[in-house]
Amino acid sequence: MSRRDAELLTRVLREPDVAGMLGADEWTTLLTVARAEQLIGTLACRLDGLPVPHAVSAILTDARANAEEGRRQALWEAEMARRALAPLGLPVVLLKGTAFVAAGLAAGQGRAIGDCDILVPREHIDAVEAALLAAGWEWVKPDPYDDDYYRRWMHELPPLIHRERDRMIDVHHTILPLTARIAPDAAALIEGSVVLETGLRVLSPHDMIVHAAAHLLADGDLAGGLRNLWDIHCLLGEFGVEGLCERAQHHGLWPAVWRAARLANDLFGTTIPDGWRVRDSADPLYRRRLLARDGWGRQTRPLTRLGFYVRSHWLRMPPAMLARHLWIKWRGSPAASGRRG
Amino acid sequence: MRHRFDVRIGPAGFRVGSDWRAPVEQLAALYSDYPKPENGVPDFTVRLTAPRPWRRWLRPSVAIAGDYMLPEAAPLPLRHGLLAAEMAMNLQMALGWRRHLLLHASAVEKDGRALVMSGESGAGKSTLAALLATRGWRLMGDEFALVHPRTGDVHAFPRLVSLKNESVAAMAAEVGEARWGPLLAGTPKGDIRHLVPGPAAIAAMDTPARPMLLVFPRFGFAPAVRTVPPSEAFVRLTQASTNYTALAEDGFKALHRLVAEVPSVAIDYPDGAAALALIDELVP
Repeated sequence: MSRRDAELLTRVLREPDVAGMLGADEWTTLLTVARAEQLIGTLACRLDGLPVPHAVSAILTDARANAEEGRRQALWEAEMARRALAPLGLPVVLLKGTAFVAAGLAAGQGRAIGDCDILVPREHIDAVEAALLAAGWEWVKPDPYDDDYYRRWMHELPPLIHRERDRMIDVHHTILPLTARIAPDAAALIEGSVVLETGLRVLSPHDMIVHAAAHLLADGDLAGGLRNLWDIHCLLGEFGVEGLCERAQHHGLWPAVWRAARLANDLFGTTIPDGWRVRDSADPLYRRRLLARDGWGRQTRPLTRLGFYVRSHWLRMPPAMLARHLWIKWRGSPAASGRRG
Repeated sequence: MRHRFDVRIGPAGFRVGSDWRAPVEQLAALYSDYPKPENGVPDFTVRLTAPRPWRRWLRPSVAIAGDYMLPEAAPLPLRHGLLAAEMAMNLQMALGWRRHLLLHASAVEKDGRALVMSGESGAGKSTLAALLATRGWRLMGDEFALVHPRTGDVHAFPRLVSLKNESVAAMAAEVGEARWGPLLAGTPKGDIRHLVPGPAAIAAMDTPARPMLLVFPRFGFAPAVRTVPPSEAFVRLTQASTNYTALAEDGFKALHRLVAEVPSVAIDYPDGAAALALIDELVP
C-alpha cells in the first residue's frame, strides 16, 4: 500500500471522480499525503461539489477556507510591497504563488502560498532593499557568512521579514543562483512581463512556465515538488505550448521545461505534443523522488532523496566552491546553517 | 506505522501512529470510552516516531510529529510517550483547527450554561475545571474551549485532564484510582498525571453550552474578584487564542460577540477551596 500512497493523490487530482470510490482508510491516506505535500487546498478545490463523506467534507471546507485566507494575505503582502516600492518607479514582478493568485490563474486555486516572491532589475536591487528596510522589513539572517553568500552568489537578497506582519519577502534579480551553470536572461524576463491592474507585474505565460520548471528541476532537491509540478500542469493547460520551446531555449532551460512537461503528463495527464513524449532513462528517478511520501505523511526513500539533495548542490555551484561551502556549513553551529544551506 | 490508535474528542478525530506499543496501549486504555472518528476518517494524524533510527531502542525517545509540527519541539523520553501523544494532539488543534474559535481555556457546564476559565500555564485552569467537575459541573475541557463562530456556543473538547505537581495530590483525594493514568515524573513541565473525564463528560461531549461567565483565574494570591471590562477580556482572549488570526473576520466577530454578551471576572485564589467558594458566589 505505502508504495502507492502518493500516487493516490496524483490520481485524484487528475481525475476527481475517482474519489467517489474511496474507503475510509484511502481517504485518510489521501488527505494526509495532500497535507504533507501542501496540496490539500488544491485537492479541496478539485473536489468541490462532489459527494464525499461528511467528515471529509468538513476537512475540505476548512482547507478551502485556509487557502482563501492565504490568498487574501498573499495579495495584501504584494500590495504592501507595491506601496513600499512605488516611489522607485521600477517594474516589480510577482513570482510563484502570489503571481498565480494575483493573475487569477488556475494554478492559484487552493494553492498554499509561503513567502512573497518578487523579481526586480538587478541594477536597482540596492534601492529596493533600502526601500523595504525603510518600510519595516528586517533581515532574518544575522550570520555574516550566509549574508555574504546570498549577496555574492544567490539570485535573491537574503530573506527579509516584516517586523509587524511577520511575513517574509524574497527579492529576486534572476531565477537561478549566479553560481548555477545555466544563466537565464533576467532582463528579458522583466521586459516580457505583463502589467496587472494594480501596477504590479507577472511573468509572461511562457516565462512563468520556464520559471516553474527551473524552480522544480534546476534548483533545489524536489522537496515538495508535487505542488510545483501541479503548478506546471495548470500553467501548461492554461497557456499551451506554442513557442514555449524557443523561449525556454533562450533562457537555457529547455531540458528542464521538457522534463517537467513529461513528468506532468505522466503524473497529472497534462496535454503535451506527441513529439515531446519520449522515453528518458532518468524520468523514473524523478517520479520516484516526487512520490516519496507515505500515507502517514512521512518522507520515504531516503537514498533517492539524498541523491537529489546532492544533485541540488551540484547544480548550484562548481565543485571547489561546493566543497568550501559545505566545509563552512559543517563547521558552523546548527543555528548558523541557512535555510538553503 | 506499526501501532495505531483512533479516537474522537468532541468534534475532532485523531489518528495516532507509533513506533512503540506502549504509548498506544496507554491511550487505548485511557480513551476506552470515547467514540471513533466520524466516517472512520480522522481530522488529524499524529506520529510518535524516533528522531533517529537507533532511538527506537537505544535510550528510546519520541519526536512529536504529525500533520502540523513545530520545528523547535524537543523529543521526549519514551516513558513520557503518553505526554508526547497529548502534546501532539493539542498541537494539531492549536495549529490546524478552524471550525471554531479556539481559546486556551478550560470550561465546565451546568444547566446548559458554561463557565470558561482562561489563564496562562500555572493559573490553575485544569485543576479548577477538574475540581468543579466533582461538584456537580460537567467537564467540557481543560485545555481548549471551542467557540462556534455562528452560534456563539461553547463546544466541548474533553481530552484527558493534564494535572501537574501539587494538583495531582489535591485531586487524588477527590477521584478514585481507576480514572488515573500513569505518573509521568520529571517531565519538562514537572510531574504529570492524566485524569480521565467522568462518564457524564464523555457522554455529553457533543452537547454545546451557552457561555455565561468568563473567568481569568490566578493562583497563589489572597482571594479577590475584579470585574474585567470587555475591552480587556477581548485583548486577553486574542492572546489566549491559537487561531484568532487564521479565522480572520470570523474570528474577530466571534470574539467580539463573546466579550460583548458574556461578563468577565478576574479571580485570585490561594487554594482550591477558596476558588470554589468564590465561584459559588459568582454563580449561585
